[in-house]
Amino acid sequence: MHEMGIAEQLAQIAIDSIPKEIENPKVEKLNLKIGKLSSIVEHSLTFCFEIVSKGTPLENAHLDIESVPVKVQCASCKNAWEVTGPDFNCPHCKDGDVKMLTGREIEITSLELAE
Amino acid sequence: MEINIQKRVLEANETEAQKNRNYFKEQNVFALNMMSSPGSGKTETLCKTLAKLMPQIRVGVIVGDICTTNDADRLEVTGAKVTQINTDQFGGDCHLAANLIFDSAKQIGLEDVDLLIVENIGNLVCPAEFDIGEDARVVVLSVTEGEDKPLKYPLMFRVADAAILNKVDLLPYLDFDAPLAVENMQKVHPHLPVFEISAKTEEGFGPWIEWLKIKVFEKTGR
Repeated sequence: MHEMGIAEQLAQIAIDSIPKEIENPKVEKLNLKIGKLSSIVEHSLTFCFEIVSKGTPLENAHLDIESVPVKVQCASCKNAWEVTGPDFNCPHCKDGDVKMLTGREIEITSLELAE
Repeated sequence: MEINIQKRVLEANETEAQKNRNYFKEQNVFALNMMSSPGSGKTETLCKTLAKLMPQIRVGVIVGDICTTNDADRLEVTGAKVTQINTDQFGGDCHLAANLIFDSAKQIGLEDVDLLIVENIGNLVCPAEFDIGEDARVVVLSVTEGEDKPLKYPLMFRVADAAILNKVDLLPYLDFDAPLAVENMQKVHPHLPVFEISAKTEEGFGPWIEWLKIKVFEKTGR
């Protein structure tokens, strides 16, 4: 249950990103990218974010989470593919040393302020 | 109004991890992050491992637990320099973050240490997500758990550089399918080195100790 720490970091980054000149800012939405292999439980993150955002410009902001597929590349034959189950062996050459391309992201891409 | 951000949420931890990495390099220390679920036998494995490494390799250990100094007390008997982190002071966290490691490493004093082992908090989920500036990660699975643990917790086995299958002395009494467990680990992480050991009887320790000694030598020259 490390989502609380993630939610705290997320809130900190979002608050630091709001331009200082905006008076009484109110954030409506945070856009996130979360890789399918990252160990984040979406509803736990939303729940923790609700708690940490109370009394801040982020209160009631919606977390819009884009789930990023797990994509890998075989180091031997350079075949790249999307992994949909727990098997990371190369379906092409079966050799198997794989490099992660995507799927471990925990990123905040943007925030949307109320007009 | 949309404000573009494009930041990694764990950036603060990554910065701290890099600080640790620089410190370990400066001190010529190999850092090992040891992870597992609770009760897999990390501490006993470490006690036996330390006895086989020291005094040729000088070892420091940082032990993470939510509460108690029980593990540190057991490890101190080996003569290694040990320090305990209790995360209950930090909100009962389920993993060790990079910033906690730096302070503990300073406390141990790495001047006369070749190998720093971090015994992470027992948990197969959260510690896998947090870089602590280590050189290698080892995950311990025991035969009293399920063979399908690697399939259920793929990230942990993906990020590991080696795995230990512990408590193999219990295999005759269990229905645990050891070859299937190894197959599952290597499904998630092809070519992952797996060491089948018993921390109780010390069988199978040779290849594990050899692997660790080579890793330490490759970085430190000692």
